[in-house]
Amino acid sequence: MTPVTFCGIELAHPIINASGTFDAIAARRAFGDALLTGFPFAAFVSKTVTLEPREGNPPPRLWEVPAGLMNSIGLPNKGLHGYLAHDLPELARLPVPLIVNVMGFSRDEVAALVSAFAARDEVAALELNVSCPNVETGMVMGADPAEVAQLLGVVRPLTDKPLIVKLTPNASDVPLVALAAEAAGADAVSLVNTLRGMALDPRTGEPWLGGITGGVSGPAVRAIALAQVHSVCAAIRIPVVAMGGVTCGRDARELMRAGATLVAVGTESFRDPSAGARIAAEVATATGCVSYPV
Amino acid sequence: MADRVQAPFGTRRARVIAHDRHGTYTVLRCVDPLGPRPQAGQFYMLRSAQRWGGGDGQRPYLPRAFSVLRAPAGGAELQFLIEDVGPGTARLCELRAGDELSLLGPLGIGFTPPRERRRALLVGGGVGIAPLAIWQDQLDGSATVLLGFRDAAHAPGAELLPGARVATDDGCAGHHGLVTELLDSELDHARHAEVYACGPPPMLEAVRALCAARDVPAQLALESGMACGFGACFGCVVPTTDGYVRVCVDGPVIDASRLQTALTSGAGH
Repeated sequence: MTPVTFCGIELAHPIINASGTFDAIAARRAFGDALLTGFPFAAFVSKTVTLEPREGNPPPRLWEVPAGLMNSIGLPNKGLHGYLAHDLPELARLPVPLIVNVMGFSRDEVAALVSAFAARDEVAALELNVSCPNVETGMVMGADPAEVAQLLGVVRPLTDKPLIVKLTPNASDVPLVALAAEAAGADAVSLVNTLRGMALDPRTGEPWLGGITGGVSGPAVRAIALAQVHSVCAAIRIPVVAMGGVTCGRDARELMRAGATLVAVGTESFRDPSAGARIAAEVATATGCVSYPV
Repeated sequence: MADRVQAPFGTRRARVIAHDRHGTYTVLRCVDPLGPRPQAGQFYMLRSAQRWGGGDGQRPYLPRAFSVLRAPAGGAELQFLIEDVGPGTARLCELRAGDELSLLGPLGIGFTPPRERRRALLVGGGVGIAPLAIWQDQLDGSATVLLGFRDAAHAPGAELLPGARVATDDGCAGHHGLVTELLDSELDHARHAEVYACGPPPMLEAVRALCAARDVPAQLALESGMACGFGACFGCVVPTTDGYVRVCVDGPVIDASRLQTALTSGAGH
């Protein structure tokens, strides 16, 4: 394993999880202490936390697509207070640094979340999920460079912890959004979030997902992710966390070759919860999938 | 003390030793020397170790969840009941002795023994009979078993649970009608029963309503489409009196009193 420094955080290797694709508390119930001894990620990114609790979207929430998955989960979570009371103490016991992903429906909401976590020593860094509409402007925050700049203008002064902006691929010019984040003080960006998709119930022709549309992930999006990571890395100087359909060491090395500092594993963990550990080992030994050096 | 048998962390290989047919159903038998013995009602995520993907519509991609059908005591054998209904189950039904499964499990919370002085009454429909077979074994064969099937192609599934009373939609075997009609008359003279049920959502909902009306406790093994099986994806939720719960980590066996309806959406596609 090759240690890596990311925004001042020492990590044992460059593989972490994508937010919302691994629940370490539930996995502890399923696998017991074996989860901790073989923990597959060099840092743990928790599922998105919102100010108020959310039930999430009505089922069905999943649809398998060719070489991937589409989900419409709707960010179920206990809300800030529930997270601080119940989840944070358990996640703080993981053997790796904790990155907390937050989302707000206004700049003030994001500011409240950032302030709350800025005061917690258990939290190594914050990731800002900007793939949602700002209810005050109607704009998807992460789709518009000016929205991202204004958001960071509000939250950057609130914490010294590293701020990672999770970019949405559903924007017309992703590198421009990344540049705006860098200029406004982001410490890193992460991409890609899921790509918007839709499926119809083959029996009725109606939308299958309870949330009507969903986010596509898995190997189906890998080529798109590589292109977006490549163009973002060419545009900015701050570190990039790359993700999108990574299944093996070769996929991860391609994203690092494009300029990524860390690589996140998401949907592949659904197929095997220990996939992150395998991919980290394959990155270290330049193996995985097929053996040509990238 | 954990509320379940916990799974080894990560997928492992299990060699297929036999592929048996019972009408339209396939029983896949494999050996899992590295895994713990499961509780009745627990499940595994399965995929073929080779050629998983690239089938109809470039699927399957994700593993598929199956309740364990049987885990004979004193060995390493696991049995799974599979009906070929899509690209994932089609690939699993192709497997023969010597092929390998990639599996994760046992997962989830299984059945709990009958409350004091109650007698177990097992009600299954279609491929949902699977978790009742291992439960019948673990209850030492003492439970009353009622099974329902669609037609003559499916009715041979009843061979898997010795002594079962059968209902068929088309009258080809046993009672001509629904298994819940058998349950209704059984409950007339078995008030001190505890019902264990698994089957299609309309059957489970009928079981839930019948048991609720008669104040008979019921444990329902639910199905829901799931990507992971261990609480990561949040895709398999069902509504309960406590809000949405994940079938994979809070179930699949859920006490009927926690449900307003067993008519859940999104079970497979």
